[in-house]
Amino acid sequence: MDLGALYEEVILDHNRSPRNWGEVPGGTSVEGRNPLCGDRISLSVRLDGDTIADVRFTGEGCAISKASASMMTQAIKGKTTAEAEALFTGFHDLVTGQAAGSPPDKALGSLRAFAGVARFPTRVKCATMAWHAMREALERSRV
Amino acid sequence: MTTVTERTQAGVMNALDVHRIRADFPILGIRPRGKPLVYLDSAATSQKPRQVIDALRRYYEEENGNIHRGVHYLSELATARYDETREAVRRFINAADVREVVFTRNTTESVNLVASSFGQAFVRSGDEIVVSIMEHHSNLVPWQLLAERTGAVIRAVPVTDRGELDLEAFGRLLSHRTRIVALTWVSNALGTVNPVRRIVEMAHARGVPVLLDGAQAAPHLAIDVQAVGCDFLAFSGHKMLGPTGVGILYARGDWFDRLPPYQGGGDMIETVTIERTTFARPPSRFEAGTPDIANVVAFRAAIEYLEQVGLDAVQRHEHLLLGEATVRVGAMPGVRVIGTAPEKAGVLSFTMEGVHPHDIATILDQHGVAIRAGHHCTQPLMARFGCGATARASFYLYNTLDDVAALATALESVHQVFG
Repeated sequence: MDLGALYEEVILDHNRSPRNWGEVPGGTSVEGRNPLCGDRISLSVRLDGDTIADVRFTGEGCAISKASASMMTQAIKGKTTAEAEALFTGFHDLVTGQAAGSPPDKALGSLRAFAGVARFPTRVKCATMAWHAMREALERSRV
Repeated sequence: MTTVTERTQAGVMNALDVHRIRADFPILGIRPRGKPLVYLDSAATSQKPRQVIDALRRYYEEENGNIHRGVHYLSELATARYDETREAVRRFINAADVREVVFTRNTTESVNLVASSFGQAFVRSGDEIVVSIMEHHSNLVPWQLLAERTGAVIRAVPVTDRGELDLEAFGRLLSHRTRIVALTWVSNALGTVNPVRRIVEMAHARGVPVLLDGAQAAPHLAIDVQAVGCDFLAFSGHKMLGPTGVGILYARGDWFDRLPPYQGGGDMIETVTIERTTFARPPSRFEAGTPDIANVVAFRAAIEYLEQVGLDAVQRHEHLLLGEATVRVGAMPGVRVIGTAPEKAGVLSFTMEGVHPHDIATILDQHGVAIRAGHHCTQPLMARFGCGATARASFYLYNTLDDVAALATALESVHQVFG
């Protein structure tokens, strides 16, 4: 059974106790939704120049979407917007299986735990919802 | 446990020979991910018996022609077959006349037809449309669109903690402004069977017509539209052993005569000039263009299959499965059953503390157990019960107590994964 590959211990841990839970005071907020299942995320970001000074989230969703959001906030906090964008691409390739064959991007660090999602095509959207919200939030913060 | 299963299984055999039925459904023999298929998602779509699949093949191999226009053999044959299904539907729901039955693509299109045509003829600004909190989006959104177009107002019947319609509140919502009541017969998310006869009586007492969404009723209950007295009934073939692409709209008496056309095109006209068109009589008036002839023809085999087994036997069988599943799943730690009305069809909706329904469904899928997880296109209802989503197991005539046991075993492994 592949379940172990999907529900890595680190994912279950972030699902149980999500990090950076809440709202950034005075930050730019974005709502992400998966209309198919009703999952939703509210992500808020504050930029300091081009650096992500703070990022937090709340929401409702499955273990994959919640853990993905939680681990994303850890991964992008303190990074520049360009670095966050690069992580988005790497993560996206990882969970959609486009990185298959090549060794996983080292820069992804613990996010590599999501590699198993590629074998569950119906769950890709769960993993990427927070990341799409993040992109939109950065886009809006820059304007 | 084995003895209980054997005893109850023997009891089922008297009413409905589930093993013989299963042999008619080729797909039940597949092994997803190397496990026997445990299909508990019939509320989304049912599986199809060989009889339906054979009818579809026979149609394309021996009967295919376009209907209502050719004078040749095949056109005549296809027309006859198409109309035979219309008669089968009439008999199945005990409508008074075949002209009360129109084919659409699905339940959603049937509801849209009424919302559009009835709305155009009878709904004005300030009028009210009564729906309920438990409607599938397909019996809510078309009315919202109509309300936006006309300035009418949507009123929603609330739902009790057990998942029943609050009939007192319904009574209070009915007024001289109410133009139509559109309610579901059986809730797809909770399984609640609503007291439709009472509902129709209450609405008719105020002169208000009633549309029933029968998508989850037609597969499971013996339907008698004359006894229920509803003005419109919408349902789909694919949830009741039939092919996809076939919806049904029943309209009592002269309702179809009083409604303007829904879509314009071929087959729905009498004469056409560049300036104007006179329309065919119902049901043709509401069947513009070439319909899904093959699937309508094959749908008759589904109706006949259900008639042969008997809807009463189907219902008893589902009650047995639902009872067993409710006891076994309901007793698991952290499980909350959503929808505990005394009158239920074979739907078990539930949540598990600390585990999102999607994760439940993914883990069950690895065991070959197919359930639905999500909001079931009933977001207002999910909000009412304070959950964004539920896991839903739904049962049909081909399910067994072994399927229920497989569900319970697979659910135990959810706890193993999530600790």
